[in-house]
Amino acid sequence: MNEQPLLGVRHLTTEFVLSEGKVARALEDVSFDVLPGQTVGLVGESGCGKTTTLMSVMRLLPSNGRITSGEIRFNGKDLLTLSEREMRSYRWKEMAIVFQGAMNALNPVMKISDQIGEAILLHDVMDRDHAQKRVGELLEMVGIPRTRGDQYPHQYSGGMRQRAMIAMSLACSPSLLFADEPTTALDVMIQAQVLELLREIQKALGLAIVLVTHDLGVVAEVCDSVVVMYGGKVAEYGTADKIYNSAGHPYTQRLLASFPDVNRPTDTLVFIPGTPPRLTDLPRGCRFEPRCDVKLPKCAEIDPLLIEPDNQHYVACHLCKGREAHFV
Amino acid sequence: MNEQWSLFKRNLLDSWRTFSRNKLGLLGSFLILTALIAAVFAPALTPHQPTDVIRDEAGRGLTFAPPSVNPPLGTDDAGRDIWTELIYGARISLTVGFLAGFIAMFVGSLFGITAGYFGGWIDNLLMRTTDILLVIPDLPLMLVLVATLRQMDLHVSPLVVLILVIGLLYWTSTARLIRSQVLTIKERQFVARARAIGAGHGHIIRKHILPQIMPLIVANTVLVISTAILVESGLAFLGLGDPTQPSWGTMLNFAFDRNAVTNGAWWFYLPPGLAIVWVSLGCVLLGNVLEEMLNPRLSVHHLEGNENMVMLSSPQSEKK
Repeated sequence: MNEQPLLGVRHLTTEFVLSEGKVARALEDVSFDVLPGQTVGLVGESGCGKTTTLMSVMRLLPSNGRITSGEIRFNGKDLLTLSEREMRSYRWKEMAIVFQGAMNALNPVMKISDQIGEAILLHDVMDRDHAQKRVGELLEMVGIPRTRGDQYPHQYSGGMRQRAMIAMSLACSPSLLFADEPTTALDVMIQAQVLELLREIQKALGLAIVLVTHDLGVVAEVCDSVVVMYGGKVAEYGTADKIYNSAGHPYTQRLLASFPDVNRPTDTLVFIPGTPPRLTDLPRGCRFEPRCDVKLPKCAEIDPLLIEPDNQHYVACHLCKGREAHFV
Repeated sequence: MNEQWSLFKRNLLDSWRTFSRNKLGLLGSFLILTALIAAVFAPALTPHQPTDVIRDEAGRGLTFAPPSVNPPLGTDDAGRDIWTELIYGARISLTVGFLAGFIAMFVGSLFGITAGYFGGWIDNLLMRTTDILLVIPDLPLMLVLVATLRQMDLHVSPLVVLILVIGLLYWTSTARLIRSQVLTIKERQFVARARAIGAGHGHIIRKHILPQIMPLIVANTVLVISTAILVESGLAFLGLGDPTQPSWGTMLNFAFDRNAVTNGAWWFYLPPGLAIVWVSLGCVLLGNVLEEMLNPRLSVHHLEGNENMVMLSSPQSEKK
């Protein structure tokens, strides 16, 4: 990739210490880039490490989580070398996050406008009066009347709350926005509205977005590149075109196949048998091997490295031919 | 500025409406307010001093005189006016109760929030301290503490000793209550969001944790005040009050010491006893309604309260 990435995640490994001293390796050797103004999709089953990736990048892991190795470069600066105080000034000013389920991410006893203004005032971007005005503008940008800023979250509908969350995430004009399943728990019409809103905002402000989702349709529609994760590792990473048209990893292929096609109605849904591996008890070889139907004998023994079969396309599978991937 | 003032007025009016809707809360504040007024305006409510002896025309002290027009609540063994003693005693009882209650609340909230929010060894240390205080029976402990501190010649009023001992022993249940509430709140996602915004611990506690537990703290303060008044009465009854500044508990102590019961002088011990009930009951009732008032989720509904939104028929309009 020629352009200087806005965010470069390199070989990120994150572990959680569980009770009885057990260690769950939630992320292992995760690498990907986010270019300025680009949308990157992060897809995979529940528990495959999508949210953990975001939380690791923002350094907001719970107290039993720790990043054991890797680099997180933001505009060339490794975030993992920053002190907590320095890190605080990055949060929201440089990268903001729209949480999964806006209902819970809003403080129920604080007025919406105060919550949106909170970030602005925390970072001393502007004084109180200007912040007030900015909050009004932000609300209108996401289609909420200014006057309703005086209300509490429980007086908002689900879609409005999500839009208020988006307004909040834009408060300090970040250059990178994480959207953690921004459309779950919303009905289809509202989902479309929220995605459209995100897209408009991206166009208007030139934001880079990392979109975490289960919905491959959404990914195909809005993402420039896609990271497919499985069991805490990157299974496949490449441009949306490569992922959709020449998926190299059996997991990606099965995932795409299990998405029903409107043009070919069917009675039976395709699914992948089995469950993702337990993170405390990972298989020795490929993590997808127990559920893979095209596995080779060595798949159970050797964990495949990321192979680069094509430019800007990385696959972690023994079946894939190409040179070994090198991330710089 | 003007707009803010009108908003403030509207909020005040809203609060008053919620408050006045609750009859028990009104009763509670009536009970507390009357006691406070009696305490503050005591000199205006009686012609006597608490130490004055009421005398008949012949100049003899009226001992154990039953209630009549004057004295309204009778006199005690030394001929002092019970009504005067009662309202001056309110000053002592309420002062001790309020100050001790505030100290207990402050310590309890501080410990509860710190333990709950930071967790780990801090939590362990604070909560084990709380446990130790909880398992020691409070009455004997307080008796020993107050008696010892009095002996130590600290040159402070015995009331200060009482306030400090009660205040510094009665924060335990508050600390536990608040800690458990903080534990559930700090796991909520809006706290994670606040961290993501770039907020530090101080900001999160002030802006996100405290407002959530404020109703609990305020409601609990009122309840702890009532406990403090009861405990003070208990200690004073056992003779640990300040005899020169008699509280309601001290009055009860005098009454029993001077055989009011065997003399059938019910007007000596009933008024202070009822006064204690009066204030504690008021605190309990007020505590409940305050909690409801301060929690916006309990007072504003999804489709209520804004002119631009759907209007529901209010109870008032139904009556018309």
